[in-house]
Amino acid sequence: MQNTLDARIPSGPIEQKWDRCRFEMKLVNPANRRKHTVLIVGSGLAGAAAAATLGEQGYQVQCFSFHDTPRRAHSIAAQGGINAAKNYRNDGDSVFRLFYDTVKGGDFRAREANAYRLAQVSVNIIDQCAAQGVPFARDYGGLLETRSFGGVQVERTFYARGQTGQQLLLGAYQALERQIAAGTVTMHPRSEMLDLVVVDGKARGIVTRDLRTGAIHSHVADVVVLATGGYSNVFYLSTNAKASNCTAIWRAHRRGALFGNPCYTQIHPTCIPQAGEYQSKLTLMSESLRNDGRIWVPKEKGDSRRPNDIPESARDYYLERRYPSFGNLVPRDVASRAAKEVCDEGRGVGPGGHGVYLDFRSAIERLGPDNVRDKYGNLFEIYERITGDDAYQVPMRIYPAPHYTMGGLWVDYHLMSTIPGLFVGGEANFSDQGANRLGASALMQGLSDGYFILPATVPDYLARTELPRVDTSHPAFREVEEDVRQRTHALLQADGRRTVDSFHRELGRLMWDNCGMARSDASLRRALAKIPELRDEFHKDVRVLGTEEELNQSLEKAGRVADFLELAELMCTDALLRAESCGGHFRVESQTSEGEAKRDDAGFCYVAAWEYPGPGQAAVLHKEPLTFEHVHLAQRSYK
Amino acid sequence: MRLTLKIWRQKDTTTAGRFVSYQVDGVTPEMSFLEMLDVLNEALIERGEEPVAFEHDCREGICGSCGFLINGVPHGPRRHTTVCQLHMRFFKDGDALTLEPWRARAFPVVRDLVVDRSAFDRIIQAGGYISAPTGSAPDAAAILVPKEAADTAFDAAACIGCGACVAACPNAAAMLFTAAKVTHLNVLPQGQPERDDRTLNMVAAMRREAFGSCSNHGECEAVCPKGIPLEFIARLNRDVVRAAFGGRREPLVVHGAPLRPAHEDT
Repeated sequence: MQNTLDARIPSGPIEQKWDRCRFEMKLVNPANRRKHTVLIVGSGLAGAAAAATLGEQGYQVQCFSFHDTPRRAHSIAAQGGINAAKNYRNDGDSVFRLFYDTVKGGDFRAREANAYRLAQVSVNIIDQCAAQGVPFARDYGGLLETRSFGGVQVERTFYARGQTGQQLLLGAYQALERQIAAGTVTMHPRSEMLDLVVVDGKARGIVTRDLRTGAIHSHVADVVVLATGGYSNVFYLSTNAKASNCTAIWRAHRRGALFGNPCYTQIHPTCIPQAGEYQSKLTLMSESLRNDGRIWVPKEKGDSRRPNDIPESARDYYLERRYPSFGNLVPRDVASRAAKEVCDEGRGVGPGGHGVYLDFRSAIERLGPDNVRDKYGNLFEIYERITGDDAYQVPMRIYPAPHYTMGGLWVDYHLMSTIPGLFVGGEANFSDQGANRLGASALMQGLSDGYFILPATVPDYLARTELPRVDTSHPAFREVEEDVRQRTHALLQADGRRTVDSFHRELGRLMWDNCGMARSDASLRRALAKIPELRDEFHKDVRVLGTEEELNQSLEKAGRVADFLELAELMCTDALLRAESCGGHFRVESQTSEGEAKRDDAGFCYVAAWEYPGPGQAAVLHKEPLTFEHVHLAQRSYK
Repeated sequence: MRLTLKIWRQKDTTTAGRFVSYQVDGVTPEMSFLEMLDVLNEALIERGEEPVAFEHDCREGICGSCGFLINGVPHGPRRHTTVCQLHMRFFKDGDALTLEPWRARAFPVVRDLVVDRSAFDRIIQAGGYISAPTGSAPDAAAILVPKEAADTAFDAAACIGCGACVAACPNAAAMLFTAAKVTHLNVLPQGQPERDDRTLNMVAAMRREAFGSCSNHGECEAVCPKGIPLEFIARLNRDVVRAAFGGRREPLVVHGAPLRPAHEDT
């Protein structure tokens, strides 16, 4: 394992790095492409786009999803939009500005070269998706509409009502299905990757479980791409889909891939508050609502009047008050922390005081109800369906919830992990987003990685690398298969008393309380003491019924929770080390006199990449120093 | 509140299934229907009985994973609502509910309330896309899409592929699903070059699966959680006629295509 991390960032001016990198790449002759097998795990934006594109290029692609069809991937739930530096509005946008906003929004913890490339590629993504027939919002002249999003002052966000993720995913899914029909991609639905196979130091395959029959299969390849999403479900309650999990990246981590910035999690400010103990997930309300909705709480503690009975003079529009230039559109981390603060002061609204109002009254007066309905109608419906409240009449109640993880497997500029031949795309990698992601940038990154970056860098690896023939009879495959069987078996054998969900809920509460929106040295040490105990109890006392040889949803969940119980410890270890506040990572000990996050560039201007040394041993830290040549390192201000 | 649930239990595709009755206590109005089933499953596991398998993921009504019949109605009694978004405030103490999987030959039961909907993917493979290989796209602003077409395309593209339309149809037809995708793509300027082939090939693929025929019953529209209108089936039929009679190519060679000019029928 290397000690200094080489991110392979091309030399030269930042505007030319990606072009230069592409020119220096080795190519694979069209006739030779079909001799290479590429495994792609995950069929969300990054996975489906990469599978379709590599299939179009002529590689033998095998794509895996634990869903019944690739169209179910959680990318589908993204609501608000996708950023692109098109400057169709002529409002001062440019590639450089999108790059600048991304690095600043990420609180100067992103790699400049990656963020610049993301901004460059953003314009191609919109072209690609429009050509596929993604029904973006249009004006009466037939041109594309845009709107603005948190943390920026230009209107660069393209959208398809409140279902942008769905429409972009269906575009990628349709491109993928086209390649399946063409025979270049083989789809493996209801197949869950349970481990990675490394042969002679290179990623050469995966081991999966067929969720219908329980059969364990080995798959051999020249390259493995993980596009398996984020790990917010470590908190149990998050906006992620129920099955979203860390197993693929965690297993790869255990096989030698370094894990970058595991503690960077994004807490989204606009979610519907929890209603009870039985709650299984939290629902996000798109951040686009903050364009026209105004956020407030009562000025006085314990003001129990109904919201419409509280006069203007008794309301505190705290974001507009504290951040006059960005107002309700401050970045997510700032908005979330501010909501927590007013609730901690006792001014929160709704059951348990865990909520703030998001009020559309002035927007309805200004634009008329029809225009508001046109823009946000489906979001108001979602809200009504869940809470029974009509947001045209009474303000919505919202509260922050875990939403996205900026951390993930460490990758270089080529999106390759520290295991040669293992590439990681989308939310699963430690990402171009730094310590905080701006709204409408996740869809951009997923599609950038999937359509444009991986299809360039994967062939370069294939062209440069000696890949001797390997098949599933190789001892490495047998060994990993046996590992997987034993792990699965052990979960059924425990035959304890507690359900998988009860452990998951307990872990989630522990993480939310101690490694959530605000963390302290003491809270993290508390969590680090508790997690191993909970993990031991899980393996002794979990109850999973049924057998291995059938569709067994409890068994699937148990495997995922077992991995969350390991990842949680690494998240807390990383959070403890990073004694600064930055982006989504707020360390109580590191704040300004006004209570704003205080970064420590002298101490922490690096990516923390963790190595797994073996069971029971402390994770080993590697650092990738971050240098900023184009964006001036400054304390963020949205005032 | 307390509910009585009669739930279809089936071990796998080949084993016969049966209804089993369960009591669920402590249901509150704020719970979603699936959270109520979570409560049941937790109780079953504690009793040492295998939990009920049902499909779900986003629980926000967008991924299309969930869906089963509640008293014979796909996704239950609330209009435009997937079962994950259906809340218990629409039920009352003492209600008896029957839960069963989608019933359609094209959707074999996998286990309990889980069915295999891969037939939908095969319909999409037959033409439910616009061929736009990565890298070949013109500038997005070069393609003007009239707002009306964009809005219609969006309304059609809102389909989540849950299969409720098939489950509600007395013929188990997949017409609304197919019509939604054909409309989404055929109404857009980008979709024109492949329009006729897409229409015929997708209809042919639908016929190759074990779906029935459409008899304009309209149940599909009534249960569709996304409100996909029946009008799109009429559009599909018009596009089939257009493709079949358009005379773009002779003879019409589409394997499995059901349609040929009426005067050629014997």
